[in-house]
Amino acid sequence: MKGATCYKNDLENLRATELTLRPPGIDVEEVIRSASIATKCKKRALSEKKETDENEQATEPVAKAQIVGWPPIRAYRMNSFRSRKSLVVDDNNGGIYVKVSMDGVPYLRKIDLKIYEGYEELWRALEDMFKCSSLVPVNYDEPKYAITYEDKDGDWMLVGDVPWEMFISSCKRMRIMKGCEARGQSSSA
Amino acid sequence: MMTYFPEEVVEHIFGFLTAHCDRNAASLVCRAWYHVERMSRRRVFVGNCYAVRPERVAARFPAVRGSPTSPISTSSPPTGRPRRALDRGLRLLPAAAAAGGRGGRAGGGCGGGAPLEELRMKRMVVSDECLETLARSFPNFRALVLISCEGFSTHGLAAVATHCRHLREIDLQENEIEDRGPQWLSCFPESCTSLVSLNFACLKGEINVAALERLVSRCPNLRSLRLNRAVSVEALSRILMKAPQLVDLGTGSFWVDHRSEAFHRLISAIERCKSLRSLSGFWDASPLCLPAIYPICSNLTGLNLSYAPAIQGSDLIKLIRHCWKLQRLWVLDCIGDKGLAIVASTCKELQELRVFPSDIYGAGSATVTEEGLVAVSFGCPKLHSLLYFCHQMTNAALITVANNCPNFTRFRLCILEPKKPDPLTNQPLDEGFGAIVRSSKGLRRLSLSGLLTDQVFMYIGMYAKKLEMLSIAFAGDSDKGMLYVLNGCKNLRKLEIRDCPFGDGALLENVAKYETMRSLWMSSCDVTLGGCRALAAKMPMLNVEVINERDESEESEESPSDFHKVEKMYVYRTIAGPRDDAPDFVWIL
Repeated sequence: MKGATCYKNDLENLRATELTLRPPGIDVEEVIRSASIATKCKKRALSEKKETDENEQATEPVAKAQIVGWPPIRAYRMNSFRSRKSLVVDDNNGGIYVKVSMDGVPYLRKIDLKIYEGYEELWRALEDMFKCSSLVPVNYDEPKYAITYEDKDGDWMLVGDVPWEMFISSCKRMRIMKGCEARGQSSSA
Repeated sequence: MMTYFPEEVVEHIFGFLTAHCDRNAASLVCRAWYHVERMSRRRVFVGNCYAVRPERVAARFPAVRGSPTSPISTSSPPTGRPRRALDRGLRLLPAAAAAGGRGGRAGGGCGGGAPLEELRMKRMVVSDECLETLARSFPNFRALVLISCEGFSTHGLAAVATHCRHLREIDLQENEIEDRGPQWLSCFPESCTSLVSLNFACLKGEINVAALERLVSRCPNLRSLRLNRAVSVEALSRILMKAPQLVDLGTGSFWVDHRSEAFHRLISAIERCKSLRSLSGFWDASPLCLPAIYPICSNLTGLNLSYAPAIQGSDLIKLIRHCWKLQRLWVLDCIGDKGLAIVASTCKELQELRVFPSDIYGAGSATVTEEGLVAVSFGCPKLHSLLYFCHQMTNAALITVANNCPNFTRFRLCILEPKKPDPLTNQPLDEGFGAIVRSSKGLRRLSLSGLLTDQVFMYIGMYAKKLEMLSIAFAGDSDKGMLYVLNGCKNLRKLEIRDCPFGDGALLENVAKYETMRSLWMSSCDVTLGGCRALAAKMPMLNVEVINERDESEESEESPSDFHKVEKMYVYRTIAGPRDDAPDFVWIL
């Protein structure tokens, strides 16, 4: 028992010092959550194990039932998996909502960056949202629009330069600006 | 007749016996053969590191060194077992050091005996001290392969790089390695030019790219290089320019803007690598930069995209269409059934397919079903190894797959929802799996899932005569199920069972069987403490270990009753007696 508790504490400490690009705090939540699921399992008598699915679905309405050690995926793969994707949690906890404005459009929109896998999906979603067919950058053509974002330092940057996860952790808001204006801006930068 | 030959002749003849099982058999014939065999055995495979005492291994096989193709290997028991408290890795190495020195202490050199050259460990706890001991004791050490291990850091790697001047291989697969700085790569001395294989893809931190580039430049025999996520595309391009002879590449981040100069440099660099046969990595790859690898796709025999969730459906399909020589493909289930149909029509040489889940929390993105598997079975007649995570499966599909592919050696199907029946008929999947075992007579490894009754085990016991490893979860109705398997599968070596209604009756009916197997693992079943005690009492040659991880807050019982169901139980044959390094929560009966 001691060994198991020490192991969990060590694991938490290790995770706390791990360098990552994801927002802080998520891993601690995970550990507490999986520890609480594990505790529930331990406290439940073995004869009730078959009802595991139903019980866990009742107490964990947002996430799908999680049985300890299922599916049988290696710990390494699970960890790298978790560090990439957001858990299916409350929007309040997990979403990264940013305002998106588009030149010439009177109202702004808000999107959750966490639900996209990468730039492709984001561009397509924005096209859909603003009913505009020319947002996806194409090789060598003069872009009609440039998608920019304001980062943590307050600078306006072109969307697409940095790896996706770095982008979503530093993006404060986005602006879709007309291509000519974007080019004017960049030449003065 | 053989007793008239001098020992040297017998030893020479034994030199042709390479398989462990053959050497083991030869050593049982008579004392003379036992003696000759043990003195000349170069490599040791320890399938269950609890079953042997390291000192005994070292004492019996003084010449063990490992050889270029056959290292010393060890592995520890299956998942679900807390590995933190185990430290067999540490103990095995000093013993190996002692093997050379006939009882000399580790670190004191190996005075006259055969030095350790290769070590392969799986699911072990390995410490930095352990790696340092290894490196200092065996300066001639050649190859280190660690798979799913943990407990060490980049400092341990630095020790190996520093002291092992003739290192050929460092292969780190899916380990949890603590990042304590990028210096380890700089520890390879300038004189180190012998590297053939370097895999550090699982390292999480930054690395010293300049040191890596210099290392690659001076190792002309480098064939396999797997970079971690910290290596940028620019660095990758420079490295490929220095090592166009690479056969196997893990790409590192692979993030690049397809409109940039860097992208074009990448394409030029990759085009020069005419020997590339296998690719993996793609950690941050976006679909727009995949065309960089199109020029060499038609040479690829192996492709691992299972860590690249951003590459989905249509982009995967575009890529696969170029890879018509693929023999081994690992992908995420976002390839979809459509993507698998393309695999079926393109990759006629496919032998091994692994489809991993990309979204186990069920957010509902595109996944694969039985249709994808059926398509592959029609298109890829050479398929013999399968790992398939899916959301549903039908008996009809499994029967079709069984008919199309009678050559499975490994068949692992994981339907993500436990106990899920055939969605078309609402029946259990007994008939489907039954068809698989009936048709694939060479099946060695099988993992079951979905709704299953005792019937499937009857089929397995009847037909799966070559089966060596079986994994069962949430299946069966009664003890009969487990007994079908124990009584019928003559070649069974490892049996892992979780959450099944098998109890003491099944456990104790055929106890002699466990001596013919390497191990039995049961968790969350109906086996009681009393049953385990009875087994331990009946079979002194077995170690019966019971794990009960209880909350500290629960009152500690004096001694739990025999009717108490055990959480986890591990039974294995051994001549070493009970082990002395078990943690508190493991009881050895």
